[in-house]
Amino acid sequence: MSEQVPFTIEQFCKWASQGKMMGGKCKKCGKIQFPPRPLCDNCLSQEFEWTEIPTKGKLLTYTVIHVAPTQFQSIAPYAVGIVQFENGSKLPGMIKGVSLEQIKIGMPLTMQFEACATTGQWPQWPRYHFKPS
Amino acid sequence: MNGKPLVSIVSAGLSKFGKLEGLYTREIFALAAKEAYDRCPKLDPKKDIKALFVGHMGESYEHQGHTGATVADWAGLLHVPATRTEAACASSGAGLRAGIYAVLSGLCDTVMVGGVEKMTHRSTAEVTEYLAMASDYPFEQWNGITFPGLFALMATAHMNAYGTTEKDLAMVAVKNHYHGSMNPKAQIQKEITLEQALSSRVVAWPLKLYDCSLITDGASCVIITKSELARKYTDTPVHIIGSGQASDTIGLYERESFTSLRAAKIAAKQAYEMAAVKPEDVDLAEVHDCFTIAEIIAYEDLGFCKPGEGAKLVESGETRLGGRIPVNTSGGLKSKGHPVGATGTAQAYEMYLQLTGQADKRQVKDAEIGLAHNLGGSGATAAVHVYRRA
Ligand SMILES: CC(C)(COP(=O)(O)OP(=O)(O)OC[C@H]1O[C@@H](n2cnc3c(N)ncnc32)[C@H](O)[C@@H]1OP(=O)(O)O)[C@@H](O)C(=O)NCCC(=O)NCCS
Ligand SMILES: [Zn+2]
Repeated sequence: MSEQVPFTIEQFCKWASQGKMMGGKCKKCGKIQFPPRPLCDNCLSQEFEWTEIPTKGKLLTYTVIHVAPTQFQSIAPYAVGIVQFENGSKLPGMIKGVSLEQIKIGMPLTMQFEACATTGQWPQWPRYHFKPS
Repeated sequence: MNGKPLVSIVSAGLSKFGKLEGLYTREIFALAAKEAYDRCPKLDPKKDIKALFVGHMGESYEHQGHTGATVADWAGLLHVPATRTEAACASSGAGLRAGIYAVLSGLCDTVMVGGVEKMTHRSTAEVTEYLAMASDYPFEQWNGITFPGLFALMATAHMNAYGTTEKDLAMVAVKNHYHGSMNPKAQIQKEITLEQALSSRVVAWPLKLYDCSLITDGASCVIITKSELARKYTDTPVHIIGSGQASDTIGLYERESFTSLRAAKIAAKQAYEMAAVKPEDVDLAEVHDCFTIAEIIAYEDLGFCKPGEGAKLVESGETRLGGRIPVNTSGGLKSKGHPVGATGTAQAYEMYLQLTGQADKRQVKDAEIGLAHNLGGSGATAAVHVYRRA
């Protein structure tokens, strides 16, 4: 993993399309930037190394969305939550593969990578969701 | 600073809030500006107003950007320096802060600060999409998270941490609809029952229809001036004695806590210190109840009660008109309505009415100190201002 690979959101997506979740570890202060960023918000350094983020974590909070934006109307209601991975990093995402009533704060979840979004209104980025571990 | 006025409000205006069919953004703003002009006959708007700051969140609604110049012209202020301030639902709260910068810099003696949004001509799905633009695009919007969804994530976390219930949330709605029933400019001037609120349809669980603010057209403005000049224009100015503004991560998920908003706490601390005022000195507040949970969290962030005790505070009735610290006497975003860009200065308008004794049926007796708390997005912006009767 060479230093030429930029520490950007686009690069996060490229890793995701290879089934990997990667963050940038600041070489100066050690803070893990996840999603990766080109400038460390803690020490303002631009020197990072890639570090793999565990895909297993637990659910911190969630909601079930009934009134959805245009792009998501056809799949409503759907559950979204914020997951904290085993290293402490966090991401929001949809929760699938479990009935809505069975979702509980604290439940173990694992990230699943998906193919690109197909609706024309959204960029053709790889997607992900969470499912029970 | 020590509670001395930073600037003074000499006039204020508010359009009717609601579905203003047939009116464009600029026309709605003109209604608010006209009220402010009429309330302050000693001020010559064309001569005295040296700048305009206008909060406006979304150009998608009307396919119209460049709001500063547009509304300046329609408000009869052609050629004044006019700037749009954008900080999502805190656009005009942040604009008020910008106006204070302008006056305190010495560059302008008197400025108009306002806000406007025209939303109701769009479908709910479109509005939901446009509002979500104030959240993180790559990780929140992209995963289908909406504004009600973000506050629902906070509500679930608050319920889990402190035992707050859906009934507690509904009590905020019942109170604010009661207040709104006394505000002739509110979008919904109707009381609701607890049962009605609890049985309303789910928008983003645990938030239901009556936990959500409204989709609204409306505009608001205040005219602020150097405090030494205030008496030249009016015998009843209202002083702004504290101002705080802070930002936070755009993504809710990046924050340490989902049950408290750091930006609001920082902004409140700044404003309280500048004003030399403590939470217990506040006689009334307008807080950003975009969702019922936001009002409960606001009580805690503003120090009206301890963390986790927001639900108890609403249950106690102390935040209802007649209580120790009435909150959202205007009806709040819940019942008065939430034309997002206009909300910050609409709060200032309520402060102006209350602290000059013009709030009619919803007047808080002997109100001396007021506070307004305006959030942008899921709390990535917060603006807090403290007001004092002159
Ligand atoms: C809650 C929400 C989704 C409801 O929209 P909707 O499902 O399209 O509802 P409709 O516009 O069809 O309205 C249906 C009825 O409910 C009423 N209503 C709509 N929203 C309401 C609300 N939030 N509270 C109470 N009543 C509401 C309408 O007045 C209408 O009543 P009527 O039939 O007597 O005329 C919408 O109001 C909303 O998105 N609110 C949140 C806005 C927001 O996020 N703002 C930014 C916050 S940061
Ligand atoms: Zn660093």
